[in-house]
Amino acid sequence: MAPAGRSDSDGGTLSPGHLVTLSPVKVGMLTFLGSEAAFFGTLIMAYVYFLRQTTQEEPNPSQVFRLPMILAASACLFSSSATIHVAEKALRRKSQEAFLGWWGLTIVLGLLFLLGTGLEWKNLIGRWGLTISRNLFGTTYFTLVGFHALHVTIGVIVMSIVFGLARSRQITAGNVTGVEVVSWYWHFVDGVWVVVFTLVYVVGR
Amino acid sequence: MAIAEREPALERLPWTAVLHDWVTTVDHKKIGSIYFLMAVVFLVIGGAEALVMRFQLLWPESRAVPPDVFNQMFTMHGTTMIFFVAMPILAGIANYIVPLQIGARDMAFPRLNALGLWVTLFGAILAYFSFATGGAPAIGWFAYAPLTEHTFSRSAAADFWILGLLVSGVGSVSGAINLVTTVLTLRCPAMTLRKIPLYTWMAFWANVQILFALPPLTAALIMLLFDRNLGAHFFDAQAGGSPYLWQHLFWFFGHPEVYIVVLPAFGMVSEVIPVFSRKVIFGYEFVAASTVAIAFISFGVWAHHMFAVGMSRTVDIFFGAMSFLIAIPTGVKLFNWLATVYGGRWRMAAPMLFSLGFLSMFVIGGLTGIILAVVPVDFQLTDSYFVVGHFHWVLIGGTLIGLFAGVYYWYPKVTGRMYSERLARWQFWLFLIGFVLTFGPMHISGMLGMPRRIYTYPVDRGWALWNQVASLGALIQAPSYLIFVWNLFISLKSGAPAGDDPWDAWTLEWATTSPPPSYNFETIPTVRSRRPLWDLKHPDDPDWKYE
Repeated sequence: MAPAGRSDSDGGTLSPGHLVTLSPVKVGMLTFLGSEAAFFGTLIMAYVYFLRQTTQEEPNPSQVFRLPMILAASACLFSSSATIHVAEKALRRKSQEAFLGWWGLTIVLGLLFLLGTGLEWKNLIGRWGLTISRNLFGTTYFTLVGFHALHVTIGVIVMSIVFGLARSRQITAGNVTGVEVVSWYWHFVDGVWVVVFTLVYVVGR
Repeated sequence: MAIAEREPALERLPWTAVLHDWVTTVDHKKIGSIYFLMAVVFLVIGGAEALVMRFQLLWPESRAVPPDVFNQMFTMHGTTMIFFVAMPILAGIANYIVPLQIGARDMAFPRLNALGLWVTLFGAILAYFSFATGGAPAIGWFAYAPLTEHTFSRSAAADFWILGLLVSGVGSVSGAINLVTTVLTLRCPAMTLRKIPLYTWMAFWANVQILFALPPLTAALIMLLFDRNLGAHFFDAQAGGSPYLWQHLFWFFGHPEVYIVVLPAFGMVSEVIPVFSRKVIFGYEFVAASTVAIAFISFGVWAHHMFAVGMSRTVDIFFGAMSFLIAIPTGVKLFNWLATVYGGRWRMAAPMLFSLGFLSMFVIGGLTGIILAVVPVDFQLTDSYFVVGHFHWVLIGGTLIGLFAGVYYWYPKVTGRMYSERLARWQFWLFLIGFVLTFGPMHISGMLGMPRRIYTYPVDRGWALWNQVASLGALIQAPSYLIFVWNLFISLKSGAPAGDDPWDAWTLEWATTSPPPSYNFETIPTVRSRRPLWDLKHPDDPDWKYE
């Protein structure tokens, strides 16, 4: 990599054009998340496109969802955005123990969200017989929510790797960039859930 | 002139070591070269598929090629040319040239770069595995539902096609992330956004488009895969799904895609024309700004592919108007190129020859595009050979001819050897004559009512002559590609040594040796104007005084 330009605190390179002053890793993550937004945007548009039909056939959204379970799972995911933020702050303060604690809590909250999704799917499939092939609602629901859950799963795996690296002190306050971009990814996944949750469980019922 | 020293000649390594070096490389120049080789191989394959079709259409009522094979040929021809030729060749050249032009030592993420290359290549191979299922998919390159649903395409060929595009799409997006990041963060000191060379600028915007246009295609392909294999109903009208949604999603990718493959060619021509006219580009700011305009407007024109499906009149008018609108920034570029060429001291080497060919041919392709954007005219001409003629005129008369200009321009830099000017001229004239003869008559047979994708046609329609001229044109074109490949190959050994800067050019890639060393520049250069090498060669009259 070219050692051109001035270096910021993360050891990255500043653009000489003064328009972008982020390191390559950060710009790379932002562009990746931009393309992810286009991907989820498409799945969300497809869900909206079929909304009128999906709310009519049986089983349909107003029959099958168990809101308390979903609200609890969503609360876990939403609060994990706060815990990952606190974890990152702790790492910047050079407090490795606090970082590991908050980071671990974030992983647990992500796992709880996945557990909630799993129980919800068990309900949908087992009790209502709603699968991806049952009707259009099943098709759009499992695709959209499934891809979101896949992203949560990837996030949990990556965060677990970071957790392991931080425990063996290969990630410390000295190289916080990786932690920062992982947290950006996690905030993004969380933000997507805000839209999906609103669309599927509030507007779409 | 050279900023880098020539690397000492390595000992001759055994071929396994050389192969290992190329397969595991993370050097942007080697990765770019492999992309290029991949694209050339698939260009020959895709061209052969086109020849099969032209052979079948030579006579009315011909039975030379069975209909199902014909359908497989046009499907794989379109897929190959767009995804496995145009995309990788542009990714390859951008990989090679962009870091050099911005004075960087590599791309931002070298290993991601290698991943993108191999994933693109294996995606292409995966799509071609469909032949092993007993025949390639026969669904057309834009794969309209419900033909692609399991009911109508029962073999696994379509699944291989979907998976191949998904996998190579991951390669394209990772490449785009890499290139966008490289241009934003790794430019050499003082190269502000307004001093970026035009090729880099246009490759940058094409990759921004990839970032936002490819994921919708990925999502659509996944939906199709779920429909076919998990019994989902996205495009299944009987269960309430909508084939129409596929058209929207595909063209939301498909139209920006046209600009994704043409913008970098615009960029190459924008490098060649000033250097070979010995003039600064006319209106750099307008060329640069019109690129951004094209990149944005290209996301608002997709439904002009769908006028005939019965959208509302308002929607038709909107997309027709947007399609007219995108002609304006494109026209701005054309006038800038013309003004640069005008009054210049031309150097008629192959890059300039192809650039002038580009200017004349691309205008025609653009004009037929404006004709098709007129909604009632499109009602008449849609899905006819007129459309086939139009988009080949744009993709070949725009992208490919611009690519030839760029390839000959940078060949001495990449190989350190000059290509054969004589072979290049043969290629140019065979190509140009063959191209006009192939795709010109398609406009006429289209206006006479010949639908695209039919595998044969009746005697009494008056289409035979135009098809025969087109097939003759294909026969003239075909050797031009072989001459091109032969020229690149033979000049590796027999070409005259090119020197570091054979064209007396002005951008940073010419400041290092030919071929560039693995680290590109010994010291990272600093620029003060858009033509850093001009400043270096003419310290008494530098550009930065006037910019």
